[in-house]
Amino acid sequence: MTFELILVLAAGLFCTGLFGALSQQSIVMIMMGIELMIGGIIVAAADFWHFLAPGAPSGQVVIVAAVVAMAVEMAMGFAVTTAIYRARRVDMTDMAGDLKG
Amino acid sequence: MGTTNTVLLVVLGVLALVFGVLVFTLNSMARVTFSLLAALVCVGGVTTVLGLPYLGVVIVLMMVMEMVVMAVFMIAYMMNPAGLMPMSMLHNKRGALVISGVVFAALVAGIFLVPWRDSAALQPRDTTFQVGRALMAEQMLTMVTLGFVLLATMVAATVLATHRGRYDRFGDDLDQRPAKDPAGGGVGR
Repeated sequence: MTFELILVLAAGLFCTGLFGALSQQSIVMIMMGIELMIGGIIVAAADFWHFLAPGAPSGQVVIVAAVVAMAVEMAMGFAVTTAIYRARRVDMTDMAGDLKG
Repeated sequence: MGTTNTVLLVVLGVLALVFGVLVFTLNSMARVTFSLLAALVCVGGVTTVLGLPYLGVVIVLMMVMEMVVMAVFMIAYMMNPAGLMPMSMLHNKRGALVISGVVFAALVAGIFLVPWRDSAALQPRDTTFQVGRALMAEQMLTMVTLGFVLLATMVAATVLATHRGRYDRFGDDLDQRPAKDPAGGGVGR
């Protein structure tokens, strides 16, 4: 049962971050939401490794990749925020609607 | 799993969720940043309790540095950094709540409906050795890819954050005069 409860914790962290990433206006706050989502993925990977496949290192490698994704997301997020703020004095997503795909 | 570890997991899990929710409910940007730091430190704690002390400590150390940097950016770019003038910084709150609620319900349903099988494998004696050997042997390609991703990030972040480079100022052959900047900067030339 512990295995499932930790997965629920991971899902809770992921969905809290998802709410933040979808609802926040500030670019920096959106990045915080994404960090929380990756935190949930780390918990889930550690849980899978511990309870399902402790003999295989794949779970640990997923955590390493998620930690790198966190670092990359923060560095690129701040760089993009700085670039768009310098170009147009914009720090909110609603003002940068033309960046929509 | 022993009783101590189970209690630790429950405490860290509840704290992680509480601090995670506080990130999007507090007003002061400093408090928001440190709430996120606390949530991610709890994530590192859960990882450690689950038998991965090396990765847990790496996560805690990295998050402390990352959130300190983030606090600076938060205060620089937020509309209401000190929280003295409460204002809504949300858009489409209802839609976001519905989407995240549906995703959470789907994930929880999946967690309890999937018939997980018990593992017969034993934990390795040294989990740090396990991940180190994996990254230097069978997962070497992953490690190389992550290395290149980090290098590309450093280059791209510097390019984006630099206002104007050497070649923009002096041209491809370095034979043009510097542009007349509307505002001074750089080394004062």
